[in-house]
Amino acid sequence: MSDLTHLTISEARAKLRGKEITAAEITEAYLSAIERANPVLNAYVAVTADKAREMAKASDAKLARGEGGALEGIPLGIKDLFATEGIHTQACSHVLDGFKPHYESTVTSNLWADGAVMLGKLNMDEFAMGSSNETSYYGPVINPWRRSRLDTVVMPTTHHGDGGFVSAGGAKTARTLDNAQLVPGGSSGGSASAVAAFLCAGATATDTGGSIRQPAAFTGTVGIKPTYGRCSRWGVVAFASSLDQAGPIARDVRDAAILLKSMASSDPKDTTSVDRPVPDYEAVIGRPIKGMKVGIPKEYRVEGMPEDIEALWQKGIAWLKEAGAEIVDISLPHTKYALPAYYIVAPAEASSNLARYDGVRYGLRVPGKDIVEMYEKTRAAGFGREVKRRIMIGTYVLSAGYYDAYYLQAQKVRTLIKRDFENVFAAGVDVILTPATPSAAFGVADEDMNSDPVKMYLNDIFTVTVNMAGLPGISVPAGLDGKGLPLGLQLIGRPFDEETLFQTAHVIEQAAGRFQPDKWW
Amino acid sequence: MSVDLQTVKRVAHLARIAVSEEDAERMTGELNAILGFVEQLNEVDVSGVEPMTSVTPMEMKKRQDVVTDGDKAADIVANAPATDENFFLVPKVVE
Repeated sequence: MSDLTHLTISEARAKLRGKEITAAEITEAYLSAIERANPVLNAYVAVTADKAREMAKASDAKLARGEGGALEGIPLGIKDLFATEGIHTQACSHVLDGFKPHYESTVTSNLWADGAVMLGKLNMDEFAMGSSNETSYYGPVINPWRRSRLDTVVMPTTHHGDGGFVSAGGAKTARTLDNAQLVPGGSSGGSASAVAAFLCAGATATDTGGSIRQPAAFTGTVGIKPTYGRCSRWGVVAFASSLDQAGPIARDVRDAAILLKSMASSDPKDTTSVDRPVPDYEAVIGRPIKGMKVGIPKEYRVEGMPEDIEALWQKGIAWLKEAGAEIVDISLPHTKYALPAYYIVAPAEASSNLARYDGVRYGLRVPGKDIVEMYEKTRAAGFGREVKRRIMIGTYVLSAGYYDAYYLQAQKVRTLIKRDFENVFAAGVDVILTPATPSAAFGVADEDMNSDPVKMYLNDIFTVTVNMAGLPGISVPAGLDGKGLPLGLQLIGRPFDEETLFQTAHVIEQAAGRFQPDKWW
Repeated sequence: MSVDLQTVKRVAHLARIAVSEEDAERMTGELNAILGFVEQLNEVDVSGVEPMTSVTPMEMKKRQDVVTDGDKAADIVANAPATDENFFLVPKVVE
């Protein structure tokens, strides 16, 4: 029954409600897919099979009575950053060794209240710090996508091979997969890989500088970072509190809309959670975008950007124009300063948030001769290289004498970045179209990326502005590059206007089609 | 601005992370690369610009000043590496 794993959430929802399938069947299909694939892809760090079966059984009982929530019986994967009661929650860090919270995050509580089934906890970069999922204590996640080469060979007889098709003249076009393993992006690499490889129907993720949208782009999936304040941060392990936002990764735009509706809420436990009703995002899908004003920012045309990405951007512009949108050139002059400002603000907040990991209240403890030595040894053993690097940067920029030069300057630049967007929206632009990433997925253990932290950081060049301004952004698959790897386009909207993003992303999805990797795992 | 080996060791101590001589040397290079990258912020004219304090304009929510939670000592210490009768145990702090 492996085809059950290929149903979208909306398809599965219809079949579950129509009693064509049961939650137990679809859950078993995912559990066996995980069992086969996870040793290779490493997307899950904990599989909660017993809990999944128990939840599915409860869903089936509800569905049999004609009851059930919006996600009744839908199996989901949860990023390891979300606190799940009694279940592995470590932000994929060694410092939280053995941590099993006695509480549940608001976002996951909302999902369970709507009837979703938990398959397990998904791998991620340690404390969500990374763009390749290689900083996880549990090892890298592998992207189900591989590079491929298109060969045309004349075939004496017709032959239906994997991923090949027979053309009229007896010539066969075959895609030959390369063996090199690619990263799924990060930090929500486990979420993206699991969704793309059919190891869950959808997944929760979080985005501080691009951690939902970049992995979505690298895996041919849809990822939305909602407006800051739309999803509660309560029970989500904190990285940079003024930037962190939860959102879904899904196989299509409609599924992302369905998931966000359940994840979002007003939460008295998070003071930055917004008191606004959650709209029915799914209702806008299919609505025409005629007359909508789409801004194209010239600052996103960066030096050294691959030709494929520029071409894809132009295609996206053409699709929206064809659908009746008005395309306008815009300028966001402070774009280039977003990434350097981010690398002051985010590490500063991280150094403060991560001070709590001291070997006293939870997780790892390495003994020392006194309490300071215990702290120092615990943190040295518990944090990985990238996390230490960011704590050090953050501690330095906040230390006496440097605060004004770094942190205050960065927060002023952040005001200017936000103002750029405000000016454009005030001029009547409804949505902004940009590439999602400056490249397609790269190789695991890429020498260039790993020898220079700044090179790795540049992955977020198109996504980080959105976090700095607190805006919503969606990444939607729009095509494949010359090597057969997926590429995404990003749409940026006004605060709390996720509906326009879903509406517009759906137009791109309709024009571009959907993409799935050839199965090799 | 750039950091030297001594500064890196001092910052590591402030951050309560033990570093070996080798770690500190490697970090000096990495930190300087990042500080070099963020240096470009100095080009931006920020005169008269307020630093951002809240990314979405919102009023801070205030709750009623009443007890809504508590009596969870056992839950709170449940994940601690060392406890005794709902107290966290740490190495001796006061001589």
